[in-house]
Amino acid sequence: MEKDVAVIGVGQTYFVRGYEGSIRELAFEAFREAVQDAGITSKDIDASVFCSAPEYDKQRSPAGVLAEYLGLIPQPTFYIETVCSSSSSGVKVAYSMIKAGLHDMVVVLGFQKMSEITSAESQERMGRGADIQWEAPFGTMMPAYYAMYAQAYMAKNGLTHDDMRDVRLKSASYGTVNERAVYRKGVKAEDFDPKNPDAKMAGAVAWPIRVGDACANADGASCIILANKEKAKAFSKKPIWIMGIGAASEAVNMAARPDFSKGLSVGYKAADQAYKMAGITAKDVKVAEVHDCFTIAELMAYEGLGFAPMGEGKQLIREKATYKEGRIPVNVDGGLLSKGHPIGATGGSQIRTIVLQLRGEAGPMQVPGDPDIGLVHNVGGVGLYGNVTIFGR
Amino acid sequence: MGFEKFGRKSFTGMTKTAKFVDLLQEGKVEGTVCKQCGAKYFPPRADCAACLSKEMDWFEVPKKGKVETFTTAYYAPFGFEKDCPYTMGVVDFGDGTKLFARIAAKPEEVQVGMDVTVRTITYEDGQVSFEMAKA
Repeated sequence: MEKDVAVIGVGQTYFVRGYEGSIRELAFEAFREAVQDAGITSKDIDASVFCSAPEYDKQRSPAGVLAEYLGLIPQPTFYIETVCSSSSSGVKVAYSMIKAGLHDMVVVLGFQKMSEITSAESQERMGRGADIQWEAPFGTMMPAYYAMYAQAYMAKNGLTHDDMRDVRLKSASYGTVNERAVYRKGVKAEDFDPKNPDAKMAGAVAWPIRVGDACANADGASCIILANKEKAKAFSKKPIWIMGIGAASEAVNMAARPDFSKGLSVGYKAADQAYKMAGITAKDVKVAEVHDCFTIAELMAYEGLGFAPMGEGKQLIREKATYKEGRIPVNVDGGLLSKGHPIGATGGSQIRTIVLQLRGEAGPMQVPGDPDIGLVHNVGGVGLYGNVTIFGR
Repeated sequence: MGFEKFGRKSFTGMTKTAKFVDLLQEGKVEGTVCKQCGAKYFPPRADCAACLSKEMDWFEVPKKGKVETFTTAYYAPFGFEKDCPYTMGVVDFGDGTKLFARIAAKPEEVQVGMDVTVRTITYEDGQVSFEMAKA
């Protein structure tokens, strides 16, 4: 692999409900941590990329405003959006800027203050999550879309409700040790049992998706600092190199989607590109972060990334192969299900986890065996956008 | 104009495919087909992505298909709460055309692979749409 562009600094705020500050202050927290982690000063950064889902921002065109607050003017600044995978897309853009030789060091700052708008406003936006012309008029929302994938998996691939529950149980077991996660309580199997009157996870949201199958909204920010080879070697003792980077898009309307029982096409298309560029296969990946906005999404990702054959993702959770001690540890920071999903910040948070894993600095979440290759899978919308990024030492 | 009448609640007022709503009122569910290259689209489009033509004809979608997948919503976005629970799904006509709509059936009656027909519907407030029903 070519060692051209490296991550030299990572930062992330606590993911919380109702952050007590403005978006610029939220962004600053993640930025400060990443700059200190990289051992640089703001002046070393020669461009910035900001990422969020704009429907939650009251601030129009936030990049300029945040660049000023972070002390990054007069350097150029850009705004990148692919909903839930915005900051992975931001990393792809920053990588390209560095690779092209236009910039030496670029910061990617993902943020979202979902509590910026009222819950009524949020509910109204929820209905406009996908195709507003042809689907929203039926009363669609995010869980309903993922539920249709889950339904197809249950009908054709033998997936069960218990498999989906077990993804959440795994996530929650790591959420309890991730101090930056919004949901830190443990979850038990009986929390999903419909016969249990106190089962807080069992309620139907969009059948077959239950409360416990869904991640929570949160406020948060993440920050990734990328540098070219020279700067990475000058500043960083433990640079983590970008080995492969893939991205794909798919039709927004469900009527134009291929077979629902084969998962999200953007997942496997982005993965193919990233593996090819990195010159590796799924077997070489030692630790992964996948986009688990819903439990079904993690199971689909196992297959799209080649960790399991198509239709067999369920076997990985049944065999506990994606636990920390398993064959391919996945989302051992609690994933979106436990950390929460501050849309624009999510990809950067996943990248931060993998960087810490490869440096051996993940604390109670550290995967044993000194992992040297890690993967981030980040999906925008209902598989409207997909990004897969592979990192190595 | 006219497209605000589409669905339970429309988020789009103006579109060059607004004739879709007139056709619904005539009891027809139609997509568009490119006059130049023959590419077929459902939902309908005013422009052909394959050959860039803007010359489109309308064609009626098949009446019968099978449910590929579905979901029942127990929570709804703003403006749809009164309909809960409601079932939505994708019907596959087997000829390369698929369609997404509500399914007019009790949640427990719907199954993947079930035969359905497609029909138009007019709601009590005058909104028009299309839906699937058990064949």
